[in-house]
Amino acid sequence: MTEKVTYITGTVLDEDTRYGLKELCTLCNIPAEDVQEMINEGLIDSRSVSPLQWRFTYTEIRRVQTAVRLQRDLRVNLPGCALVLDLLDELEELRQLHRR
Amino acid sequence: MEYKDYYTILGVSRQATQEEIKRSYRKLARKYHPDVCKEADAESKFHELGEAYEVLQDPEKRAAYDKFGSNWKNGQDFEPPPDWNGGFEFNGAGYTGQSQQGGYSDFFENLFGRSKYNSRTGQSTFQMKGEDQHAKIVINLRDACKGSKQTLTLTKPSIDDHGQVTTKPQTLHVTIPRGIIQGQKIRLEGQGMPGMGGAPAGDLFLEIAFAEDPLFHAEKRDVFLTLPVTPWEAALGATVTVPTLDGNIQLTIPAGSQGGRKLRLKGKGLCTASSKGDMYVILRIVLPVPETAEQKELYKKMASLMPVNPRAEMGV
Repeated sequence: MTEKVTYITGTVLDEDTRYGLKELCTLCNIPAEDVQEMINEGLIDSRSVSPLQWRFTYTEIRRVQTAVRLQRDLRVNLPGCALVLDLLDELEELRQLHRR
Repeated sequence: MEYKDYYTILGVSRQATQEEIKRSYRKLARKYHPDVCKEADAESKFHELGEAYEVLQDPEKRAAYDKFGSNWKNGQDFEPPPDWNGGFEFNGAGYTGQSQQGGYSDFFENLFGRSKYNSRTGQSTFQMKGEDQHAKIVINLRDACKGSKQTLTLTKPSIDDHGQVTTKPQTLHVTIPRGIIQGQKIRLEGQGMPGMGGAPAGDLFLEIAFAEDPLFHAEKRDVFLTLPVTPWEAALGATVTVPTLDGNIQLTIPAGSQGGRKLRLKGKGLCTASSKGDMYVILRIVLPVPETAEQKELYKKMASLMPVNPRAEMGV
């Protein structure tokens, strides 16, 4: 007897993803104040001045999630997280260049 | 259950001081942090480190662990001797509170019990949403282009009938839509850690990584291919068969092409309904090595008929 396999489908966080502040907080399990701090630090870009109009893409979600883990696992502070994230992006670009 | 050699995992000797253990843990944690490390098994390595540190950083747990002796090998089948923990008190207490996604190994949980966080589950009225889980899935470029169905196995705690938390491998079948790209995440709602006291489960974030492909490589949505061509194909122009992620196509090489020339195939990269990627074919001219006198003569004839100084720009 073969078991029926059900494939689950998720939400792809891609270029079309635009989340507001509330959704970002839920997705990353952080309070809104932390998001504000990350914006002030330049860790993420909110694309607007008014929090009501803040829109975040998958890049911001990825950066916030990574920052949260770096803070928790390696005790990196916020400016440190921003620096790590920028360096990781640069490293990835260099890896791509190397692969060509 | 399998014996875990926590000293080997942390890369320290059995005589290491608490300071040395801390230092080594911090160094390795930075190296294998899943967000920083590119290795496929970084997640499990990081996890193992956390577990090893949890035991060795606590003098009491370490002393109990040391009582097993040094003859055990990592992965060896292991049963603790009776009364091994006599005189020690640590069950369910004294945890660093570090988050351990997916719980600890059987070895750890059998010896040291579960962390308070886990053991409280099911007995209390305390409600808390389950933690989110993060995992990486490696897929090949062709699957990324066309969309695919993938199966992966994750270790995940679940609550049994007695309200006890047990870790067991869980198989997950996931549909990966077409046009997914490296580093993108798929959010699977409710597939993370179970919640406590009836609260909802966390989410599972599946990060996409691409397996190395012998022909293609991708940069965001664009796909690159290096195409070997003969000098006459490049010089005179030709139509050649070129592999793409989506089957072979006929590509026209313009006459007078140099090596390194980039030809763009619009929309042949990683595409979704709304975002398009292109494919870039980079020409690499393969020079035939002249072997016979006649072949050498041909090169000499080219030299006299088409004199060129390729180093003119260097001023030499």
